[in-house]
Amino acid sequence: MTDGGTTVKNGAEPAAASAAVPEVSGSASDLALIAQLRARDAKAFAGLLDRYHGPLLRLALVFVTSRAVAEEIVQETWVGVLDGLDRFEGRSSLKTWIFRILTNRAKTRGVREKRTVPFSAFVDPEGDPEPAVETARFRPDGMWGVAPRRWQDDTPETLLMTAQAVGHLESAIAALPANQRAVLTLRDIDGMDSDEVCNVLEITQTNQRVLLHRARSKLRAMLEEYVERK
Amino acid sequence: MDMLTCQQLTELVTEYLEGRMSFWRGAQFQLHLGMCRHCRAYIHQMRTTIRTLGSLPQESVPPDLKDELLKRFSGMAPPERK
Repeated sequence: MTDGGTTVKNGAEPAAASAAVPEVSGSASDLALIAQLRARDAKAFAGLLDRYHGPLLRLALVFVTSRAVAEEIVQETWVGVLDGLDRFEGRSSLKTWIFRILTNRAKTRGVREKRTVPFSAFVDPEGDPEPAVETARFRPDGMWGVAPRRWQDDTPETLLMTAQAVGHLESAIAALPANQRAVLTLRDIDGMDSDEVCNVLEITQTNQRVLLHRARSKLRAMLEEYVERK
Repeated sequence: MDMLTCQQLTELVTEYLEGRMSFWRGAQFQLHLGMCRHCRAYIHQMRTTIRTLGSLPQESVPPDLKDELLKRFSGMAPPERK
């Protein structure tokens, strides 16, 4: 356990002390970034921390319910990044690699603690069919009975100005099944592309799409209720 | 060509937005959208939802943790060259 969150633990496997640095393959921007990190450019590492800390914490909170544990997992992830940095070979993007360290840590935690999301939740997106929109809103011929209204174009900006709306949205996200929440978080909140999400969560493109569809549909319905109640 | 119903369209939205539709399915989808303002409103709501999610605030790294990690990073020996 950490006291106050300032002590960084040695969470990762010990780095081989003097292993030669592997050649890195990957995108040009990754290559440049890796070169900077290996030259111990503090700005480059600070940039990583600034960019990915929030998204990593969001993903950790999908796996564990305790915020303190989620924060520890993110901390351990960063230590894992430092330990593995000089052995990174670029078989995935740097970003995917970092997020995979987190999901592996989260799984390890899952073995030790009960308050985690069962991983089997990630395998099966089929289950019960969940309609994107309540069936009652359609006429028997499948056309709209209670039609959706067009929202103002500045809806996101207006909504996110109030803490109440943000709170509502966050609770709706937290209420999603874990697999849907993970996909929605990475795709729509963190802006990852579908290939990256599939690699991080080890799911197929089809699963990814089904989970995303269900999650987005629910969030739209929640927002619709919120926007129209105002 | 069979017309899609509005209900069917709501189940195909993600496939459409992901650019994963077959040519014919895409044509059916576009045809329906062209004629149905309710479904255009629906797609607009969906895009707005996605945009809203993308604008949610992200937590930043706590300063003490950042300092600690940066210190550790700067203290690491540079890797050996191959």
